[in-house]
Amino acid sequence: MNALETIGLEKRFGGIVPTNDVNLKVREGARHALIGPNGAGKTTLINLLTGVLKPSKGRVKLGGTDITNLKPHQRVARGISRTFQINQLFGELSPLEAIALVIGEREKLGTRFWRAFGSDEKIVGEAIALAKQFGLADVLGERTSSLPYGKQRQLEIALAIAGKPRLLLLDEPAAGVPEAERHEILETVAALPKDVTVLLIEHDMDIVFGFADRISVLVDGKLFVEGEPKEIENDPRVRAVYLGERTDD
Amino acid sequence: MNTGNTVQDSVTALKKKRAWHWLEYVFWLAAAASVFLLPSQHALLTQIAIWSLFALSLDLLLGYAGIVSLGHAAYFGFGAYVAALFAINFTGEPITGLIVAGIAAGLLGLATSLLVLRGTDLTRLMVTLGIALVMYEIANQMSWLTGGADGLTGMPVNPVLGIFPIYFRPANSYAYVLIVCFVLFFVAKRIVHSPFGYSLRAIKGNPLRASSIGIPNNLRLIAVYTIAASYAGIAGALLAQTTPVVSLTYIDFQRSADVLLMLIIGGTGYLYGGVVGSALFLVAQKFIGNITPQYWEFWIGFALVVIALFARDRGVFSIFERILGALRNDKAKP
Repeated sequence: MNALETIGLEKRFGGIVPTNDVNLKVREGARHALIGPNGAGKTTLINLLTGVLKPSKGRVKLGGTDITNLKPHQRVARGISRTFQINQLFGELSPLEAIALVIGEREKLGTRFWRAFGSDEKIVGEAIALAKQFGLADVLGERTSSLPYGKQRQLEIALAIAGKPRLLLLDEPAAGVPEAERHEILETVAALPKDVTVLLIEHDMDIVFGFADRISVLVDGKLFVEGEPKEIENDPRVRAVYLGERTDD
Repeated sequence: MNTGNTVQDSVTALKKKRAWHWLEYVFWLAAAASVFLLPSQHALLTQIAIWSLFALSLDLLLGYAGIVSLGHAAYFGFGAYVAALFAINFTGEPITGLIVAGIAAGLLGLATSLLVLRGTDLTRLMVTLGIALVMYEIANQMSWLTGGADGLTGMPVNPVLGIFPIYFRPANSYAYVLIVCFVLFFVAKRIVHSPFGYSLRAIKGNPLRASSIGIPNNLRLIAVYTIAASYAGIAGALLAQTTPVVSLTYIDFQRSADVLLMLIIGGTGYLYGGVVGSALFLVAQKFIGNITPQYWEFWIGFALVVIALFARDRGVFSIFERILGALRNDKAKP
């Protein structure tokens, strides 16, 4: 069963085609990595999957259901969560507030306007448990904007997980994280629940080969090749277009 | 650091945020006391209270949802005309009038929100301004109904709920306005500290992420815009009920600009900015304006520049906050 499937997906911006006839299949429960050189169209693809952009052609299916015409928040309700390459957080809120907000929205309680925010013990309890899991327990009440970058990066992933997604899109989770804090993020990513299907967009080959059980290579908006990590690693074409550029990695 | 304690502390802090601050109790007690202690100022105090409510409604938009508006008087004026016409044609009972005005202005807000929410800040400024200009011109042209430039007079104001007369009784009238303001402040406070209120803050803070965690941004913004329009309509109805004439000044650009000015002077995003701003604005207007009108324009302009440059978020309040913060830090030092 495929958790995610795209059929002939295409996006055109004038003469530029950042997504060109992409047929991507992500198996249920997979740890799937999407790699490709800069400008290959990885972020555009993510935006098409999450509904931030509308495709020019093609369909997106989630667990067999066509979600091509759904808005971003409707896709979230169907079980897609994502993180961003550049942190997209709520600077004014604390991690506790932000996580509790996500849980409340997930439970369809976001329209409560009379009940006090944070008075639902179940939601707060779950938020605290999740924050602990992501190493945020000691900064729960701080303003997000005042947190160190590594903590913000953890929160970025925690917010996506708080939505209890079926499919999680991780857009370069370790981007910009200082070397010393990198292992924390990698542990977090490795410890993601097994029933969540993960599509990882990543530049860092160590992370990709340490994490993925399936790899798709995107080049110039097209799916270039797909396979097991071993196959990809040994594929001469992939080496030529992608790995070859970074032999010093 | 003990993690268990920090967790407990942050939960306590979350609860404390929505609890009433002692200053709020002091403020409302003082407001209630002013009914009895400041009889000579009731007219001014009534004005301040109504402007505060109007500014509160704008704060719900600007301070919590991040929607800028240069035409909020559209809903204020609409509520005032609806209240006056309803009183003339049906009943002069004030509370009924407020409810009808609130619903009518809310519906106008709901209908126009679809226009306002398209686009960015600049678009919104232009669209809100445009809506208010259109409403002004409609009120002006439909003079058979609204009295046009002459204004609308002869609105009956019966005793509130049939028992509490406010017509030409400044003390009662002020008490009535104050109670309405208190109830609506209370409701607003509940709303901004609810999950719905937090979702608005999230949309204001980061709309991209808000929609990525499943918040239907537009629906929430439509809801708050409707609520804010309704509040503005009730504020307009209050002014109509406590003033002899409803005129085009209720709906003109000056009023939209003044309420924005008051809110920014008092500061956005903590509900009391409108009170602080309108009190400062109207008191200063009265006293400086008595000396010479030119002085008034000069000082209000000067204050605006200073606040825009140095205390944008919380207006004059941030100046108090800094002083309080400094005092607290002094105390905290051993």
